[in-house]
Amino acid sequence: MKENAVDLERRRFLTGTVVVIGGIGAGIAAIPFVSTFQPSARAKAVGAPVEVDISKIEIGQRIIHKWRGKPVWIVRRTPEQLEALASMPSGALRDPSSEGSEQPDFALNSWRSSNPEYLVLVGLCTHLGCSPSFVASGNEVNMGENWHGGFFCPCHGSKFDLSGRVYTGVPAPKNMTVPPYRFLSETRLLIGDAGGGSS
Amino acid sequence: MNAVVKGLVELRDWVDDRFPLMQLWNDHMGRYYAPKNFNFWYYFGVFSMVVLAIQIVTGIWLVMNYKPDAATAFASVEYIMRDVDWGWLIRYMHSTGSSFFFIVIYLHMFRALLYGSYKKPRELVWILGMFLYLTLMAEAFCGYLLPWGQMSYWGAQVIISLFGAIPFVGETLSLWIRGDYVVSDITLNRFFSFHVIALPFAIAGLVVLHIIALHEVGSNNPDGIEIKDNKDADGKPVDGIPFHPYYTVKDSVGVVAFLIVFSAVVFFAPEFGGWFLEHNNFVPANPLKTPDHIVPVWYFTPFYAILRAVPDKLFGVMAMGAATMVFFLLPWLDRSPVKSIRYRGPIFKTALVLFVISFISLGYLGTQNPTNLYTWLARGFSLIYFGFFLLMPFYSKVDKTKPVPDRLTG
Repeated sequence: MKENAVDLERRRFLTGTVVVIGGIGAGIAAIPFVSTFQPSARAKAVGAPVEVDISKIEIGQRIIHKWRGKPVWIVRRTPEQLEALASMPSGALRDPSSEGSEQPDFALNSWRSSNPEYLVLVGLCTHLGCSPSFVASGNEVNMGENWHGGFFCPCHGSKFDLSGRVYTGVPAPKNMTVPPYRFLSETRLLIGDAGGGSS
Repeated sequence: MNAVVKGLVELRDWVDDRFPLMQLWNDHMGRYYAPKNFNFWYYFGVFSMVVLAIQIVTGIWLVMNYKPDAATAFASVEYIMRDVDWGWLIRYMHSTGSSFFFIVIYLHMFRALLYGSYKKPRELVWILGMFLYLTLMAEAFCGYLLPWGQMSYWGAQVIISLFGAIPFVGETLSLWIRGDYVVSDITLNRFFSFHVIALPFAIAGLVVLHIIALHEVGSNNPDGIEIKDNKDADGKPVDGIPFHPYYTVKDSVGVVAFLIVFSAVVFFAPEFGGWFLEHNNFVPANPLKTPDHIVPVWYFTPFYAILRAVPDKLFGVMAMGAATMVFFLLPWLDRSPVKSIRYRGPIFKTALVLFVISFISLGYLGTQNPTNLYTWLARGFSLIYFGFFLLMPFYSKVDKTKPVPDRLTG
């Protein structure tokens, strides 16, 4: 080999090495930048359970509480409404038995709650997260068949029954989420903790 | 006087020995030859530069008084509107500017459809322009969260939830974007950072690339003829004229007319009946209550109508994404031998008219409550929208075109 000749193979090897090592370094350096986007320790810590007084809810009324920044609804249903929920034709609902939806195990029934009278729901549509409006029966203008009161999402027209179960033919894929909760007494409800180790 | 001129020339030459000043000027202005037959449609490029300048300047001033904090953001915008001297003007210029940006960009894109400006050799000009459009949408979306009104909050909630529809990683991804379990102060802060730093940098860079690519291949024109194919003995296109002074002067007349219209809206109708500033956004964000009637600002509604038309979460989001992405393929979907609408056949003309009707109709339907009739109309127009693109390889090929002349026709 001549004195001043360029050793192309060596140059290629060195270039390749620098690119690979440098690329790995850049990739590792990107980790902290990507990770700052994760919920911070403070954001995670706000998720503590909330206690709610349910003694003032009238039959047929809904109240709204904030839990983890989200609206949580507590609805006190009438016996007629519960009857309508149990006799809902299964073809009208996308997931009538809630198998593909999120709820504690005690809510795997047609009224989706531990005490049938009280419905506790995360008040966000499973489509794109708007908060549906409460449409009591009697206001069922243009709500279609099998409507016995429920929730209507103003964003994209999804409809849910009074158990938060989604109707067919609307964009929402799942029933509304039931959060973990338990009754501390006749009048006190704890949202965010189902107790007994099950969530 | 002569001494002053001489001094300036010497300064210019001093700079020119150290920086390619005159070369840049000549490449992009003084000796950039543009076709001599530009018409009305060729104003919208320069208008978009004017709006960008307005947005950057008013944006810098707004940041001086705005507070990116969920507790104080809404009040700080009202403070700018009521208590800061001329604050209302700066804010209205910025909010009107965002809508005008999209008006101008949509007309600029329509010009490209009319005259085939995306066709070979301008594919990259078109693709860079599409990246600009997408970045602009992100910029507008981030900016819309900042006033922290009801529409800001729930609009962001809906759009970020769109990512949740992606299988497997969706929920993690939307959590990562929000940085919290709901749209919150954390989300507001990072959107502020995107809106005032990251995305404006990206837009400025893309504008430079868009113009470099354009000046490399040369501007298209209403005849869709390559003026570089017909040059005189000096190598100048016979149908070309230098951009400066011809088009700089012509454009400045257009800019004056544009600013008159812009000012009329800023001073007399800044909310534009709820189309530019939505009424519900004058209510502070409330995470517990979605407004009964929630829609995005008008420039997103065609895509929003497509999203709503599909009764399935994942496919709806995919259709919405596809509706924006399909523009990228345009240079390869169009198989016509001619560029300009002037020499296209009846099939393409009909298709373009149907596309414009469906785009505008979807835009209207996206602002309305989703009744049964409207949903079905939106489905029909969505089919036309996608048909325009996906059937283009067939109808643009069989269409009967007219012969294209050798020289510009004026």
